[in-house]
Amino acid sequence: MERSVTHVALFAALIAVLGLVPRIDLAAGVPITAQSLGIMLCGTVLGARRGALAVLLFLALVAAGLPLLSGGRGGLGVFVSPSVGFLIGFPVAAFVAGWMMERTSIAPGLAATAAAVVGGIGVLYVFGIAGMSVMLDKSLPEAAQIGIAFLPGDIIKAVIAGLVTATLARMRPGALLSRA
Amino acid sequence: MLTLTSPVDTWAHRIRPGVKLAVLAIWTLGIFWLQTPLSMAVAFAAVLGLVASGGGVFLARSVVVLRPLWPFIVLVGLWHLWIDAAAAGVVIVLRLIAAVMAANFVTMTTRLSDMIAVIERLARPLARIGLSPRVLALSMALVIRFVPVMGERLDQITEAWVARARRKPRWRVLVPATLAALDDADHVAEALRARGGVR
Repeated sequence: MERSVTHVALFAALIAVLGLVPRIDLAAGVPITAQSLGIMLCGTVLGARRGALAVLLFLALVAAGLPLLSGGRGGLGVFVSPSVGFLIGFPVAAFVAGWMMERTSIAPGLAATAAAVVGGIGVLYVFGIAGMSVMLDKSLPEAAQIGIAFLPGDIIKAVIAGLVTATLARMRPGALLSRA
Repeated sequence: MLTLTSPVDTWAHRIRPGVKLAVLAIWTLGIFWLQTPLSMAVAFAAVLGLVASGGGVFLARSVVVLRPLWPFIVLVGLWHLWIDAAAAGVVIVLRLIAAVMAANFVTMTTRLSDMIAVIERLARPLARIGLSPRVLALSMALVIRFVPVMGERLDQITEAWVARARRKPRWRVLVPATLAALDDADHVAEALRARGGVR
C-alpha cells in the first residue's frame, strides 16, 4: 500500500518537474517539452492503474492552482482552453500505455516505444483533437490539422520513452512495475 | 512553491470556494450556449468588468496569464478571415477568452489550501471504491513536497553531466531522474511504514 502511494505521488511530481525543464521551440507556439514524455513514462514504468492514478493526481493539483503544466500554466483556466482535450486524454494515454506494457512479453524497449506511440500519441491525439474541435468550433479534420504540428516532437518523445524504459529495465529490473 | 493565487486582495477572495466554483460551472455552460456576436460581446464585457474590479495590477496579471491562448486566437482569426466568416470567428475568440478568464479569476482569488479542501470534499465518495480521503491528502502533500526536491535533483544531475562531458545531456538525464524517483518512492514508503503506515 505504502509503495503504491509513494510511486504514484513521486511520478506525479516527475511529470511536473519534466514540464519545468527548459524547452526547445520547434516553431513559435509549438514547444517541445518533456511533460508528455512524463505521461508516457508513467504508463510504461508504473503500469496501467498506477500510471493513470499518477496523472490524475498531477491534474488535481494543476486544477487546484499550482502552475505545474509546461510553460508555468495551471489553474482552472487550462481546463476550458482549447488544449483541454489533451489534459483529459493524459490519464487515458498513461493507462493504455501501461496496459500494453503489462500485456506483452516482448523486449521492454520495443514494447515501451510501441506503448508510448499508441497511448501517448494515438489515444492522446483522439482526445486532444476532439477537444480542439469542440472549443474552437471546428470540424474534426480541421482540428486534426492543428494537432499534426505536434506530431514530429511526440514521435521523438515516444522513442525516448522507449529508450529510458529499456535502460531502466536493464539497470534495475525490479523497478519496472509494469512488468513486475 | 509559487501558486497562481493573486497576492492582490480582492472582494472575491472572501467568497466561499464552493460558491465560486458553482457559479463558474454555470457561467461556462452558459457562454457555450450563446451564439450571436452581440450576446458574446456582452458576456465578454461582463468578464472584463469582473476582473477589472480587482484593480489594475490584478487585471494586468489576468491578461498576462492568457498568453498560451494567443496562438489559438491568431489561428482562428486568420482562418475565419480566409473563409470569410468573421462574425463566427469573433464569437469563438470572445468565448474562448471569456471562459478562460473567468476560470482563471476563480483560481486567482482562491487559496491553494481552500481549493485542495474542495478536491478532498469532492473525492469523499471515492472512499467506497477504496480511495480513502487521508491517502489522497497524503499523496497531494507528497507531490507538493517533492516537486522542488526533484527539480533540484534534476539540476544536479545536469550539472554533473556537464562537468564530465562536452556534449549536452539532453534526454540522458531522464534515466537517472526516473531512477531517483523510483528510489525516493521506496525510501518514502519505508519511512511511512516505520511511522505506522498509510491507512
